[in-house]
Amino acid sequence: MKALIPTAAVLAVLAAVPLVVHSNVTLNFLVVALMIALAGQGWNILGGYGGQYSFGHAAFFGTGAYVTAILQVRYGINAWIGFAAGIAAGAALGAVLGALTFRSGLRGSYFALVTLAFAEVLRIIASVAPVTGAGVGTLIRLDLGIRNLQFQSRAAFYWIILALVGVSLVTAQLIERSRFGIWLIAVRENEDAAKALGVNVNGVKLAAMVISAAITAAAGCFYAQYFLFVDSGIAYGTWISIQALLTPIIGGVGTVFGPLLGALVVKSLGEAAKLLTGDAPGLDLIIYGAVLVLVIWFTPRGLIGGLTQARKVLMRRSGRAAPSAGEARDG
Amino acid sequence: MPNQGNPLSRRQFLATTTSGVAVAAIGSVAMPSVLRAQGTPVKLGVLHPVTGALSYSGQQGRLGATLAIEEINAAGGIKGLGKIDAVLGDAQSTPDGGTAEVEKMNSAEVACIVGGYASNICLATTQAAARYELPYVVDVGVADSIVTRGLKNTFRFGPGFGVIAKTALANLAAINDQAGKPAKTVMIVHEDSLFGSGLAKLLNAQLPQQGFEILETIPHPTPTRDFNNVVLKIKAQNPDLVIPANYYNEYVLLARTMQQQQVKPKGIYSVLGGAASSYKFVKEFPDAARYIMDCNHWFDPRNGKAQALKKKVESKDQFFTYEVYMNYSCVYLIADALERAASVDRAKLTAALASSTFSGHLMPYGPTKFVNGQNEGAAPVNTQVLDNDIKVVLPSAFANAKPVFPRPA
Amino acid sequence: MLSPTILIPAVLNGLLIGAIYALVALGLTLIYGVLHIINFAHGALLSAALFAAFFAFRLLGLDPYVAVVLLAPLFFALGYGLQRFIIGPASHGDERNMLLVTLGIAVIIENTLLYAFRADTRTIDVPYAFQTIDIGSTFLAVSRVVGFVAAFAVALALWLIMTFTDTGRAIRAVAKEKLGAELAGINVAHVYAVTFGLGTACVAIAACLLIPSYYVNPTVGDAFVLVAFTIVVLGGMGSVPGALIGALLIGVAESLSGLFLGESLGQIGIFLIFIVVLLVRPSGLFGARA
Repeated sequence: MKALIPTAAVLAVLAAVPLVVHSNVTLNFLVVALMIALAGQGWNILGGYGGQYSFGHAAFFGTGAYVTAILQVRYGINAWIGFAAGIAAGAALGAVLGALTFRSGLRGSYFALVTLAFAEVLRIIASVAPVTGAGVGTLIRLDLGIRNLQFQSRAAFYWIILALVGVSLVTAQLIERSRFGIWLIAVRENEDAAKALGVNVNGVKLAAMVISAAITAAAGCFYAQYFLFVDSGIAYGTWISIQALLTPIIGGVGTVFGPLLGALVVKSLGEAAKLLTGDAPGLDLIIYGAVLVLVIWFTPRGLIGGLTQARKVLMRRSGRAAPSAGEARDG
Repeated sequence: MPNQGNPLSRRQFLATTTSGVAVAAIGSVAMPSVLRAQGTPVKLGVLHPVTGALSYSGQQGRLGATLAIEEINAAGGIKGLGKIDAVLGDAQSTPDGGTAEVEKMNSAEVACIVGGYASNICLATTQAAARYELPYVVDVGVADSIVTRGLKNTFRFGPGFGVIAKTALANLAAINDQAGKPAKTVMIVHEDSLFGSGLAKLLNAQLPQQGFEILETIPHPTPTRDFNNVVLKIKAQNPDLVIPANYYNEYVLLARTMQQQQVKPKGIYSVLGGAASSYKFVKEFPDAARYIMDCNHWFDPRNGKAQALKKKVESKDQFFTYEVYMNYSCVYLIADALERAASVDRAKLTAALASSTFSGHLMPYGPTKFVNGQNEGAAPVNTQVLDNDIKVVLPSAFANAKPVFPRPA
Repeated sequence: MLSPTILIPAVLNGLLIGAIYALVALGLTLIYGVLHIINFAHGALLSAALFAAFFAFRLLGLDPYVAVVLLAPLFFALGYGLQRFIIGPASHGDERNMLLVTLGIAVIIENTLLYAFRADTRTIDVPYAFQTIDIGSTFLAVSRVVGFVAAFAVALALWLIMTFTDTGRAIRAVAKEKLGAELAGINVAHVYAVTFGLGTACVAIAACLLIPSYYVNPTVGDAFVLVAFTIVVLGGMGSVPGALIGALLIGVAESLSGLFLGESLGQIGIFLIFIVVLLVRPSGLFGARA
């Protein structure tokens, strides 16, 4: 329980923000940053703890978004139920993709590419299938009210996304401290050694994929409710796959707070760059790209990297999952 | 939670924002905390996708809007209110990018926002502005759903899909009838997102009623790398008419491939075609462009102000595209409303826009008349590439040439 | 629909477009084979090369087929510099970091192009742009046929370099056994950079062959990169002949699925092949797993 105190403290501080800050610019900024953090946390469970770098988390984000939107618009189902169904659909997709890819023993760059391809296939299907509104997309009617999960105030959305991020933080923390988490990290560090030690490697990876997919799908469901519009490029586009992996990596891959920190830093960086360069198209993104390279150059383990390093040393001492780090990662 | 859930508490909201300035500084435009004094400029949000996939159109749109603002300011600004201060925004070609900019513009106390360009951006930005009852003039975004959601703040100066498709059909039938009905069969080639698919659906529903037979409808993604297959299909079925509805890059590839494969239908009649009403295309591919017809946004060629602006834009080494003159016209429309409202108050400005009869724009629309936010006078016109220039061929009230159809051998 | 008058041209056309894909994929597969990274900057580099070819034509009056002599070495140097002085040091030898650094570089290149040249699409008008070779029922664009021949020439050249030169031997040694190569006195950082340079030079060649029949804007390269990934996997990551044959197969598959499923859905054909190959035979058709 003690371990949850920092998480609780961070959440409490963040929850108080709308009480002090009334600028909707700031709230909108934070809402989007938290949404990215949530998608990133999903990625982090599988990529950070499990070492499986997915380049296609858009598949889950988009499925969550589309299911939430389509259930409401086409079938008149309540938004809250749609939201839950979106998360469930994301998890189910995670199970299917995980079963397919892990059974085939795909890892490393191969896993990255196959996830990328799955997301692309979904994007293409969504851009032609009638149920998604094909190229036109799906528009949720603006109809404010708690019943419809639509709020006038940005603060309400803020608290909802914060609650979701809170759940994801606690999930990450519980995983980190569980036997399952230890297996997962063992798989990341050396899959073959883990197998030799009797870890059900595919089972562990599959479970991580399902949790990961559910969390990222929740971010997609939120997108649909917040912007009330989904099309194939938004839902399954590479932008979200990239954001989902970028935030944990910048913040600290395989750490509880990495994605949250990363999302806040990345989004602030984008805004700061924009502010610096005024209205010159492209210049802000040049700075953004340069900073990304520099961060990797000078703090290669992300901003929370130091902590991770320390924990790894401790783990190695205690004799668990003790491969000769690094070298054995890929075949 | 002092003011949650109350859309009307703008003043209260403005008063409280200053307390959050330290945090808000991460991204907001420098925010004046004093309320507007007499003689300070009127702020106008100019929102376009100037980076990302749509950046060319976005930059052209911004050019049109800023040219209008410069002119108005050079002439002394808006009577009684003063000069216009443009608050430029970049929607980054995404709906969420646009929404973030609307929030910033609202905080910067703009009186009104113009722009959006793409339908999916407009859908998101108008809605974000509606939360603050902030008047929003859509420059292009043609999806009908933009103005059918009952948003009181949203005005669209240009025509929507429905009107465009209807006009395109009526004009096509008129041109065909006039020529003695040489065209009976049609193939449609469209890009598969909101704009192309929507049009293809409407055309499929309505073309048969006009006596045309649709041989095939071919959707393609953006970007498409190669059009040889599409052209092969066209070649195999040999339609009288080809109707493309796609963006510039794909249009260029399609037209070039058709020329390469020597496919020459009796006519190419594009609807909102990416290139058939583009001076750039005509300049770079005069052979492929010849006799192509288009039903699209176009300025009134008899309007002296439009011709003057065309010269000015061309002297800046830019092409006079529809984004330019539509945004230019929208800014003048807003300036007129501001003058009549004699205030930057949002409710008053919204009312002034709603009752606008503005006719000093560059478009062949006649006096402006908004019904549920849609300018009823807005309609596309038919153009044709003749003598290496683009001429208006229909409606005859604005035409400066007669249609040439079928294409001479 | 199934008549040979349409089927044969579709297959031919698929082969021709496949050859262009091959040129893009060759660079990618080479880099993957040695550095074991997916180079995300590949598409941005292609955009940059297309711009270079465009300006060589507009400003210097150089025909793209002549400009290739200038641009290929220039882009070799660019690629070499990028890997040696940025990607290498910045990623500390971690392949995941390399991936992210190339992503960052892609963002920088694309937006520098956007900032410098704006987003509008440009085309060049070479005299042979509309020349075609008439073979019975169909017309083959001359520029595409040139690209087809060039793809084989480049693949052959790469194969010769890899097989018969000292540099090629060093590259293969590093690809196979990095540590051993290092111990044998091979400068791994240099070899990596040479490989990256060669891959980038391939992109420049592809650009020169593509520009007569295509267009250029700051994001144009993206359209080719996902396909190139597919080809690299299909052919076996790191395999030069694999990339060539994989590209031709993908070109034909894309062409035929476009014909039967429609252009929108046709794109799925590529990715389905991609997924099936990955799931069933991840080493690709010609891959030799290290």
